[in-house]
Amino acid sequence: MRGLNNPVLGKELKLRFRSFKSFSALLFYLLTLLIFVVGFFLIVTNFEGSGFIKPEINVILFTILTFVQLALILFITPGLTAGEISGEREKQTLNILLTTAQTNWQIIFGKLMSSISYIVLLLFAGLPITSIVFIFGGVSPKEYLLSYTFMIITMVTLASVGILFSTLLRKTVISMISTYGVMLFLTVFSAFFAFVAFSYSEISGTLIENNKPFVHFWLSMNPIVLMATIIYPSNTDLVKEVTNINWPTWASYLIIYTIITIVSLAIATAKIRVKMTK
Amino acid sequence: MIEINNLTKLYGSFKAVDNLSLTIDKGTVYGFVGANGAGKTTTFNMIATLLQPTSGDVVIAGKSIVNESHEVRKKIGYMPDFFGVYDQLKANEYLNFFGTSYQMTQAEIAKQIPVVLNLVNLIDKRYDYVDDLSRGMKQRLCLARTLMHDPEVLILDEPASGLDPRARVELRDVLISLKKMGKTIIISSHILPELAEICDEIGVLDNGKLIASGNIASIQQQLSADKTLIIQLISEVDHQETIQFFKEQQLSVERQANGQLHVHFTGSEQQQQQLLLEALRANLPIIGFMEDKKNLEDVFMAITKGGKLDERTE
Repeated sequence: MRGLNNPVLGKELKLRFRSFKSFSALLFYLLTLLIFVVGFFLIVTNFEGSGFIKPEINVILFTILTFVQLALILFITPGLTAGEISGEREKQTLNILLTTAQTNWQIIFGKLMSSISYIVLLLFAGLPITSIVFIFGGVSPKEYLLSYTFMIITMVTLASVGILFSTLLRKTVISMISTYGVMLFLTVFSAFFAFVAFSYSEISGTLIENNKPFVHFWLSMNPIVLMATIIYPSNTDLVKEVTNINWPTWASYLIIYTIITIVSLAIATAKIRVKMTK
Repeated sequence: MIEINNLTKLYGSFKAVDNLSLTIDKGTVYGFVGANGAGKTTTFNMIATLLQPTSGDVVIAGKSIVNESHEVRKKIGYMPDFFGVYDQLKANEYLNFFGTSYQMTQAEIAKQIPVVLNLVNLIDKRYDYVDDLSRGMKQRLCLARTLMHDPEVLILDEPASGLDPRARVELRDVLISLKKMGKTIIISSHILPELAEICDEIGVLDNGKLIASGNIASIQQQLSADKTLIIQLISEVDHQETIQFFKEQQLSVERQANGQLHVHFTGSEQQQQQLLLEALRANLPIIGFMEDKKNLEDVFMAITKGGKLDERTE
C-alpha cells in the first residue's frame, strides 16, 4: 500500500487497522446507531413491533440519527487527532520522523488523512443503518447527502484543530483538552454568544429590521444550528428572521470552517519542525 | 565531509555548545566524548536539523543545515539516544516505511531491506513484529533504518546505551562493518574503550567546548602530561635508598606492597629516559621501569574533573 504516496498515511492506516481499539470503536459506533434505530421503532410502535410510521415521524428518526452521528463525530474526532503528533513525541518516534526527507506538509497531511479516513469509515459503515430513513419517506436524498457533507466538513475542521494542538503542545492530554475545548466552543459557547449578541442588540435598541451580523456569525459556526437548518429547512427562515441577514447559514458555516481548517493546518505545517534559518 | 563552523547554542545565558569548530573527513569515524551535559546531544540535534543553532553552521557534503536543511536530511542517517519504534509494524514494514520516507521506489526498498537486515544480523527477524524484538535487536533495527537510504553520514547518539555486554559487542561489530564500508560516522558514547576501538578520531567536549580533538594517542598525549612510572625493585632489598633518589629529583613516590614504587612524573619522553639513565647510574636495585598507561577512561575522568559517566541527565 503506497498510501497515496504518503508514507505517514500508509503507516498510520496499517497501525490503525491492526489495533483492536479501531474495531471496538467501530462496533461501539454501529451499536449506538442500532440502539437508537431499534429503540425508536419500538417506541413509535408501542413496543408491539407493528404499526404505521408516517413520513413526519420518519423525519424525527432522521433527526435523531443525524444528531447522534454528529455527537459521535464531535467526541471521536478530538480523541483521534489530538494525539497524532504529540503521541509520536511521547513515544520518542517524532525526532526520527522529522529527520527523514518527508516535507512538513506530507507529515501533517498523512496524519490528518489517516484520522479522517477512519471517521469516514465509521460514517460509511453506518450507512446501511441510517439509510433506513428512506424506507418510510419524508427525507429527501438531498437532505441526507447534505447532512453527511457537513458532518464531514465539521470532522475535517475539528481534526485540523486536533492536529494543530497536537503539534504545538507537548502533552497529548493537554492537546486533547484543548481540542475538546474548541469543540465545546463551537457547539455550546457559540450558541451562548449568539444569545448574548441577540440580547445586547435588543437592549441597545437595535431595530428589529436592522442586520445583526454578530448573531448571524455566532449561529453560523454552530454545527447543531446548521444541522437543524438542513433537516428542517424552515429553520433557515427562522435564522433569517432573527438576524435579518439574507445569507444562507450553510455558506457562512462553510467559509468559517474552511478558514479554521486552513489556518490550523498552515500553523501545524509551519511549526512541526524547527525553523533552521535565522 | 562535515564542517562544523563556530556552532553555538544558547539557552538563555547558558551556553550548551560554545563556538564549536571541527572538520571531519569523508570515511572518518569520529567519537564525541564528554560528561553528561557536556553538549553532545545538543550538538547532534543541531547536526540532525532538529535544533536551530544560535549561531554558526554545519555543512554536510556541501549542504548547510541552516539554509538547506531538507537536502541535509537526505544525506544523513540519524539515531537518537532515546527512541521508540512502531511496535505494531513488522521489521520489514518498519524499514519499508522509512524507505518511502526517503522517496525510494518499492523496487529499491525491496532490494535494500535484505541488505541492511543482513548487515545488522536481523534477516531472520524480518517478518517479526518490532514489539517482539529484544532491546538490542530494536537498537540494531534502528541502525538498519538509518541505512535504508544509504546515507553518506551517520549520526549515532549513544547507540550502545542500555544494552547488555553481548548486545554491545554485536552493535560494535556492526559499526566496524559500517566503518569498513567507508561511511562517515559521528558517534557519542559513554563506553569509552568501545569508542576507542572503532573511532579514528575523538573530540572531548566539556561544558559545551571542544577541549581536545584528534586520534586516540594524540588525545591521550594532549591531555595527560602527568604520568605514573612503575618501578619494580629487587625484593628483600632496602628500598629507602631508591625512594630517597627519586625524592631528590623532586618527584613524589608511593611505596606499594608488591615491591613496586609509583613515581609521579611530569615531563617529556626524553626527560623520562634521562631519569631512567640516572637511576641506573646510581646502581639502584631496579629490575623494571615502565609507564602506567592510562586508558581513555582515566584520561576522560581526569579532564572532566570526575564527572559521572553513567548517569543520563543530558
